[in-house]
Amino acid sequence: MSNQKVWAWLIAGMIAYIPANTYTMLKTSTLVETSEATIIGGVFELIDYGNIGIALVIFVASVLIPIGKFAAVAYLAISVQRRSVLNQHHRHRLFEIVEFIGRWSMIDVFVVAILSALVQLDGLATINPGIAAFSFALSVIFTMLAAQSFDSRLIWDVDRTKP
Amino acid sequence: MHDKRTVALSNALPPLADLIACPQCDTLHRVHDLPDDAQAHCQRCGLVIVTSRPKAIALVLSLALTAFVLMIAAISFPFLDLDAQGRHNSISMLQAVMAFDSGVALLLAVAVAGFIVFLPLTRLAAIIYAIGPLVRDRPARRGAQRAFALAELLRPWSMTEIFIVGVSVALIKVAGIASVTFGPAFWAFCALVIVTVLKDQLICRVSIWKALEQLKG
Repeated sequence: MSNQKVWAWLIAGMIAYIPANTYTMLKTSTLVETSEATIIGGVFELIDYGNIGIALVIFVASVLIPIGKFAAVAYLAISVQRRSVLNQHHRHRLFEIVEFIGRWSMIDVFVVAILSALVQLDGLATINPGIAAFSFALSVIFTMLAAQSFDSRLIWDVDRTKP
Repeated sequence: MHDKRTVALSNALPPLADLIACPQCDTLHRVHDLPDDAQAHCQRCGLVIVTSRPKAIALVLSLALTAFVLMIAAISFPFLDLDAQGRHNSISMLQAVMAFDSGVALLLAVAVAGFIVFLPLTRLAAIIYAIGPLVRDRPARRGAQRAFALAELLRPWSMTEIFIVGVSVALIKVAGIASVTFGPAFWAFCALVIVTVLKDQLICRVSIWKALEQLKG
C-alpha cells in the first residue's frame, strides 16, 4: 500500500525518460550548418572532440544514474512488498546512495541552460534547448519524488514480525 | 480494553523525552547527554542521529547569513562573459536560466530558476528565521518549527553544487568557439556552494528541533 506513490512517480519518471532520449536536447546553428543532438548524440560529439572525461560525466549523469535509479527504486519497492529479510543493510545503503546521487542527473539540464544563454551570437552561432531538455528535467524530478516517497523504515519492518 | 502486555511495555520504557527514533530505520534509542564534539550513530543503520557541538547553531546561523548575502551578489553581478570574433555576450545567472523562454520550455525555466536561485534562497531565509532567536537564547519566533521543516523539505531541491558542475561542462563545450571570462557572480556562487556544504555538514537536526521545542514562544 505505502508503495503506491513510489510506483506512480517511478513510472512517470520512466515515461518521461523516453522522449528525453528520442528528441533533441540541443539545437546548434552556425553559419554553415544546423545540427540537433540528443543526449547520446551529445556524448558522442564530445568524444569526437576528444573530451573523453566530460563525455563520461554526461554519460554517467544522464544515462547510467537515471537507469540505475529506476532499477534501484523498483528493486527496493519490490523487496519491501515481498517482505524480504535479505541484505537489509545493503538495501538501506542502496537507498542512501539513490537519495544522494539522483539529483546529480540534473547536470545536463543545467549545461543546456547555460549553453543556450551564452551562445546567442546572431549570425555566428546560436544554441537553443530542445524538447528533450524539458522531458529529461521532468524525469529527474519524478524519480527524485519516487525516492523520497519510499519509506526506508519499511526495509526494517519485517524484523518486528519475524518469529 | 486493558492489555497486559501494553502496560508492561510502557512501564519499561523511559519517559518519551529520553527516547529517540532513528529517522531512517525507526530503531528506538535512549538519548544520553553527549560529550562535546561527539556523534551518536544509529545502532542498526549507522545514520548519525545526534552531533554534539555547543557552538554549532551559532555557526550554522552565520554560515546561512553568509550564503544569503553571496546569493544576492551572485544574482546581481554578471556571471559569464563570452567573446567570439569581436562579438560579445555577457549574462547574469537569471539570464542563464531564462534561456528557456518559449512554450513548454518556460516551465523548465521556472524549475531551473527554482533549483539554483529561489529554493536555495527560501531555504536560507527559513533557516535564518527559525534559528536566529535561538542563538541569542530568545524564545523561538512564531512558526519557527514550520520554517525549519520547510528548510529540511527543500534540501534535496536546492541544487547549487550541481549547477556549478553544469557550468564547468558548458564552458568546456564552448571553449572551441569562443573565449569565456568569469564575472564576479561566478566567484560569489562558488563561495556560496562551499559555504552551503559546510553549513549542511554542521546542522544537527535533533539539537535544533530540541532547542525549538524548548524555547517555543
